[in-house]
Amino acid sequence: MAFSRMRQSYDGVVLAVPVTVPYQRYSIERAHWWMGRALRALAEGAGISHRDFDGFCVSSFTMGPDSAIALTQHFGLSPRHLDHVPMGGASGIVSIRRAARAVQAGDADIVACVAADTNQVDTFRKTLANFSRFAQDASYPYGAGGPNASFALIARHYMDRHGAAREDFGKLCIAQRDNAMKNPHALLKKPLTLEQYMSARAIAAPFHLFDCVMPCAGAEAFLVMREETAKSLGLPFVRLLSAIERHNAFCEDPVQVRGGWVVDRDELYGMAGARPDDMDFIETYDDYAVISMMQFEDLGFCEKGEGPEFVRQNTFTVDGSMPHNTSGGQLSVGQAGAAGGHLGITEAMRQLLGSAGDCQVQDAKLGLVSGFGMINYDRGLASAAAILARA
Amino acid sequence: MTEALARPKHKNPLARTTQPLLPPSARSRKAHGLTLAASVGRFMLQCCGECGKYAYPVREACPNCLSPDLRFQDAPTGGTLISETRIEVTSDPYYREHMPWRTGLVKLDCGPSAVVHLHGDCGGPGSPLTLTLQLDRAGQAVFFAHPISETPNMEDDPQWRELTADPKHRRVLISDGRSPVAVALALALKKAGAARIFVGIADRWKPFSEQAALEAVEGVELVDLDLTSERSVQELAMDLGAKVEILINTADHVRPAHLFDAGAANSAREAMDHTVMGLMRLAQAFGPVMRSRGADGATGAVAWVNVLSIHGLSSVPQFGVHSAVQAACLSLSQWLRGELRQGGIRVVNAFAGPLDTEWFQTVPPPKVVPKTLADAIVDGLRRGLEDIYVGDVAKDIAARLFDNPKAVEREAGQ
Repeated sequence: MAFSRMRQSYDGVVLAVPVTVPYQRYSIERAHWWMGRALRALAEGAGISHRDFDGFCVSSFTMGPDSAIALTQHFGLSPRHLDHVPMGGASGIVSIRRAARAVQAGDADIVACVAADTNQVDTFRKTLANFSRFAQDASYPYGAGGPNASFALIARHYMDRHGAAREDFGKLCIAQRDNAMKNPHALLKKPLTLEQYMSARAIAAPFHLFDCVMPCAGAEAFLVMREETAKSLGLPFVRLLSAIERHNAFCEDPVQVRGGWVVDRDELYGMAGARPDDMDFIETYDDYAVISMMQFEDLGFCEKGEGPEFVRQNTFTVDGSMPHNTSGGQLSVGQAGAAGGHLGITEAMRQLLGSAGDCQVQDAKLGLVSGFGMINYDRGLASAAAILARA
Repeated sequence: MTEALARPKHKNPLARTTQPLLPPSARSRKAHGLTLAASVGRFMLQCCGECGKYAYPVREACPNCLSPDLRFQDAPTGGTLISETRIEVTSDPYYREHMPWRTGLVKLDCGPSAVVHLHGDCGGPGSPLTLTLQLDRAGQAVFFAHPISETPNMEDDPQWRELTADPKHRRVLISDGRSPVAVALALALKKAGAARIFVGIADRWKPFSEQAALEAVEGVELVDLDLTSERSVQELAMDLGAKVEILINTADHVRPAHLFDAGAANSAREAMDHTVMGLMRLAQAFGPVMRSRGADGATGAVAWVNVLSIHGLSSVPQFGVHSAVQAACLSLSQWLRGELRQGGIRVVNAFAGPLDTEWFQTVPPPKVVPKTLADAIVDGLRRGLEDIYVGDVAKDIAARLFDNPKAVEREAGQ
């Protein structure tokens, strides 16, 4: 549109205190329990009281019947910036963007961004059955395959159109499993071979078992603040260089072949003064490897349709040519509901803070995180990405 | 290619009968625009009254121009398959028993993309398809994609059979063999592959003209059934309640009476007892066992058909008693539909105009010949319909009721 102007920079916005509450396959606790653990870890990590968080931004599928306001009383918070970001895998980056503007404008000083979900025995089925109106009306009644079936339709089409093979998806999954072997928090730590990947039981063609994430309980969290706040608290931090979000892009495409990143990626790299080649690592939203491949294309690492070739030409382990999902990603760490969208952010922060342990990418200075979420009907609607830098 | 459905073997009496489960049934209120279309076998989608674009999934406003004027209207049934999958794993208990399940994403010729159930004979991505709206076991509307041309045994596709009530290899009970439609029904059901056709006869000692014709149909067995006797109905249900997969209630009792006639109330009571209470007795005796057998294999219990008069929807003075009785039957049928849905049993109402029989002798044409009614019922079962309007009079009244029910009332009998 003619009246849109350049967006303002994120100068002076930093992220600190990456927190992961170690995941469990099933939990008897509620989402609130996981949030409480995350908030406490944030406060301890920052060396302040949780009452000093004057901003709170929460994401969760299982916090009902509560909304964000109820949680302030639950946890004894008194924020002046309060947000609920129910955007699944895009929640993390959307939270960063909102928190960043709040701290830049002085509406808040320290925003605690928390994503937490529980996974009780029947949680996953109930979440699918009640996911959205369009899903209830028009996708779930068709075999009730949930996201596996919906993304299978997207994946099959992508394979037909761009020549991707199951082996290409397998390569990404296996590299992530290799990375997860180095991550003490990963739930899936048995080594994975291509033979095992190829011969695993079918879930929804073309997907087999190792194409799918494992639902679990867990929490991810971090703080957003101004650089001077971090310095006065003596906290190590990473810089936010740029961030984009876009929802329901390309709604005329009859099947999803691209995400909203394409619309805004020039601004993403322009604001950061960087190019895709400059990234030392990338954390994509890996609910399925085909979506990671789509992100390589849509975030400019290769052209549309070259995703399969890009995967064949690169290696994706921590020490590879394109370190990718360095903690093991959701495919190997587990998908703790909405926390799946924050997982890449906390991992990128650790990479840039030099605290990623055995998963550390050598000399990581610049990293890209992307988020993707909400298969409302036939496609993921939300897409987001951010570039973070070592301070 | 679809494998022909084999005639079922005798059931192991020690085997547990699978309990019926239903597919996910939550829908928005607007989505019942599709239910309405599916119930009568139409293919309707929302189309914007302002910009003319079709919209799907069902919405409250046009995504193209935000007009709230999104009407359901008949839409082109063609589409192209974009992608497909075979679901092997689900957390839903109903589908878990039907894995694997083939679904696809279809680009409709009229614009939107739709997730659909895919017939096994549909080709892969790029194939042209024909779509219909069907009612699933929960009674909710779903899209089903068929190959554009016929394939061998295509009606035996297991996913399609879940969405229909095909008589093939099923056992049927016709409740009143003295009904003018009984012979035609028996013949049509036989042709459609019904395994057995039980035909209820009250007072077997009283001869009736169609007896020989009924007995001549292979697979037909005449049984004692007096709908006015609770004991008779219960006894038959004990004998063969667990062998009836489709029940067709043909009971009717047409006697002209004027509202101000001295004996009109008696006439009405008699008709009520025969037809309304008869339906209720049948429902009480056969409903529970049919409901419990809704998932009893590929030829389990599947449908209950009530043959009703279109005048149950709007009274005509010449047949006031008949109209009132039929209205009561319709109400009872809706009740029964709600009860049987838990078993995935479809309650079908076949609304006919006046039949070409002695009791409608004074009514001018067009009238419905029994064969037309019978064929429409069998066709409705095979297509999975819920409301069937048979004959020109019924279709005319149904269309006018949809348009303006008050006009139908004022013009009745004129």
